[in-house]
Amino acid sequence: MTSTTKTLDFKTDWEYSPAPESTEHIHIEKKNNLFINGEFIPPVKGTYFETINPANEEKLADVAKAEQADVDKAVKAARSAYDKVWSKMKPAERGKYIYRIARLIQERAREFAVIESMDSGKPIRESRDIDIPLVSAHFFYYAGWADKLEYAFPGKQAKPIGVAGQIIPWNFPLLMAAWKLAPALATGNTVVLKPAETTPLTALKLAEIIQEADLPPGVVNIINGAGKTGQALVEHPDIDKIAFTGSTEVGKLIMKAMAGTRKKYTLELGGKAANIIFEDAAIDQAVEGIINGIFFNQGHVCCAGSRLFVQESVAETVISKLKDRMETLVVGDPLDKNTDIGAINSKMQLDKIKMYVDIGKNEGGTIHQSSCKLPKKGYWYAPTLFEDVSQSHRIVQEEIFGPVLAIQTFRTVDEVITKANNTPYGLSGGVWTDKGAKIFKVSKAIRAGVLWANTFNKFDPASPFGGYKESGMGREGGLEGLMPYVNLV
Amino acid sequence: MEMYINHIDQVGTQERVARLFSRSIKKESKIHALKTVLSMIDLTTLEGKDSPGKVKQLCYKAAHLHDQFPDLPTVAAICVYPTMVPIAKKVLEKTDINIAAVATAFPSGMTSLDYKLDEVKMVVDAGADEVDMVISRGKFLRGEYEYVADEIAQVKDVCGTVHLKVILETGELVTLDNVRFASDIAMVAGADFIKTSTGKVSPAATPPVVLVMLEAIRDYYKKTGKMIGMKPAGGISKAKLAIQYLVMVRETLGQDWLTSDLFRFGASSLANDVLMQILKQTTGVYQSGNYFSID
Repeated sequence: MTSTTKTLDFKTDWEYSPAPESTEHIHIEKKNNLFINGEFIPPVKGTYFETINPANEEKLADVAKAEQADVDKAVKAARSAYDKVWSKMKPAERGKYIYRIARLIQERAREFAVIESMDSGKPIRESRDIDIPLVSAHFFYYAGWADKLEYAFPGKQAKPIGVAGQIIPWNFPLLMAAWKLAPALATGNTVVLKPAETTPLTALKLAEIIQEADLPPGVVNIINGAGKTGQALVEHPDIDKIAFTGSTEVGKLIMKAMAGTRKKYTLELGGKAANIIFEDAAIDQAVEGIINGIFFNQGHVCCAGSRLFVQESVAETVISKLKDRMETLVVGDPLDKNTDIGAINSKMQLDKIKMYVDIGKNEGGTIHQSSCKLPKKGYWYAPTLFEDVSQSHRIVQEEIFGPVLAIQTFRTVDEVITKANNTPYGLSGGVWTDKGAKIFKVSKAIRAGVLWANTFNKFDPASPFGGYKESGMGREGGLEGLMPYVNLV
Repeated sequence: MEMYINHIDQVGTQERVARLFSRSIKKESKIHALKTVLSMIDLTTLEGKDSPGKVKQLCYKAAHLHDQFPDLPTVAAICVYPTMVPIAKKVLEKTDINIAAVATAFPSGMTSLDYKLDEVKMVVDAGADEVDMVISRGKFLRGEYEYVADEIAQVKDVCGTVHLKVILETGELVTLDNVRFASDIAMVAGADFIKTSTGKVSPAATPPVVLVMLEAIRDYYKKTGKMIGMKPAGGISKAKLAIQYLVMVRETLGQDWLTSDLFRFGASSLANDVLMQILKQTTGVYQSGNYFSID
């Protein structure tokens, strides 16, 4: 197509007035304890850590830090609940409890969405429209499986495993809790869950709901802390299964710790997904898919479409449209209903993003950032893309986990398949073309757990999710998501 | 004709619309938007039973939307059938309000090109500032794209400097791929504006159709530097929907299109709902419909 010289002016005299979601109805406990055996109890050593709002760096609450003794208590409570109550309960009864949790989350959806946005920095548009609805959907979905396991695995009996230790990340705090808890509970396991240290609040609210749902004490225990707490949980001798979502680096440590034990484990780790735009794609919708692929949740998404491949004949058009679209992204207050991109989750993550962008510049990549103004306080990063990079550049190889896109062009289908697979990761990918046959060819050839065709970042509880290669092992979601939590006899 | 096939994905378009429409427009930004909407309205009456009296009333309303409220803009234009142009001309002579006339055997376009050109000449001679023509949808659906383009080009020739709006009647084109292609044809052939609908076919303007047309305008501008206007018409009777369309314009084409020179609403009852909203924003309460004239 022809070159584009004309520019569009998105600096308008019609600014959207602030439209913040109200926080008046939100109650966050100043001091939050551990949730063990159905009760909130103080930690043995009495230490607490702060959780802050990354959008303004203000403290939201103190949260109890679980040490070894607390982990012991939690595992003991889970073991006792498993032996005495949960594994013996009729499956349909288990299902009722899970349905109750799902309904209670729906009823308090707005409260959860607001707290999630305050604690994690994600825009309310996403927490309200994506995260929280998917949370209740996940509980509803697995509640349905509880009394139908014999149909899931015909001819076999699905027995629970025991006590599951579950460690979840900070990018989708409550959603990841739901992904972990729902299948574990439906199959008759009990759980010790550890949320990420920067985003503990919604899981603690979930603990309130678990109390309200009258779940038998000890079936779900929620403890907070950083890496050491997680390590204590992983290494605890009375844990039967570890489910972890987080970095590949930590995933490798967990695999080492698991070696030689009888523990089962599933890992959902990093990614560097190829998002492939062919010349015969619906270009405007593909551009929207690129935006959604890399800027959704500030790019804190393991399946983010962070490596963009555009066919050479449309590259100029696509990149020009992409830059226009980036100008219309609203970056700012996560609680504002018009915000598209919220705050970076933590200072640590912001530093990491900045480091990678410096690396990209030093490697000779051409950087482009949207001209948006960033708030002074809090952790922020403007939507960013790099051109003139190749498979040899570190920003193309390594997971940045931020709003930074690396763009390459290609000429043939075979070339792009080879490049897409030229990564240690294999979590997801995207294909954009108007030709059905091309979709099948490319999606079969790409080694990744999830392939989206003419869309990106779509999730459904019935659809399994998980990685190839260093993106992890095991699947969450769908019927496959039951497997890590059962012994088939 | 140099033309590039642009594929449109319906699901993706609907998702984009949903996201644009979820913008929350409140307070000052709402007032600003409402006033902008008023200034962009083509106040329309296109009935077989239209009388000179009705057109006169409509013209007066166009210039005096709600005199009780100061500093309101007037609408951009009134839109009438050819025979009503001289009548409207008389009332609106001393105002900035344009007169748009539908022509080319509106709404079906089912007559020969000669008749259509005569009709266009008639309204131009009568003093219309803008001509709203319809494309030959039958020819388009049969794949006779050259015919459709030629027709538009010839109508534009007769129009001269008079602004030409080309109605695609998207409700009859059905697919978004067709909407996009017809938009591209119309712009290349000489349209000053592209317009969704006659208002006589259901569905009239729909949000996905409007978005696709705005994107076509954007691509054409980036390729040629020519700024083409857009007019959704039919079924836009609520202020909220009109503001959502403005959001769509703002985030697709930017500041330069947020003017009645390049964006219009073809509507008959939208103005009163907008007025009602403006008064609500200032007084805090909705007033009875009885306070707003229905001309």
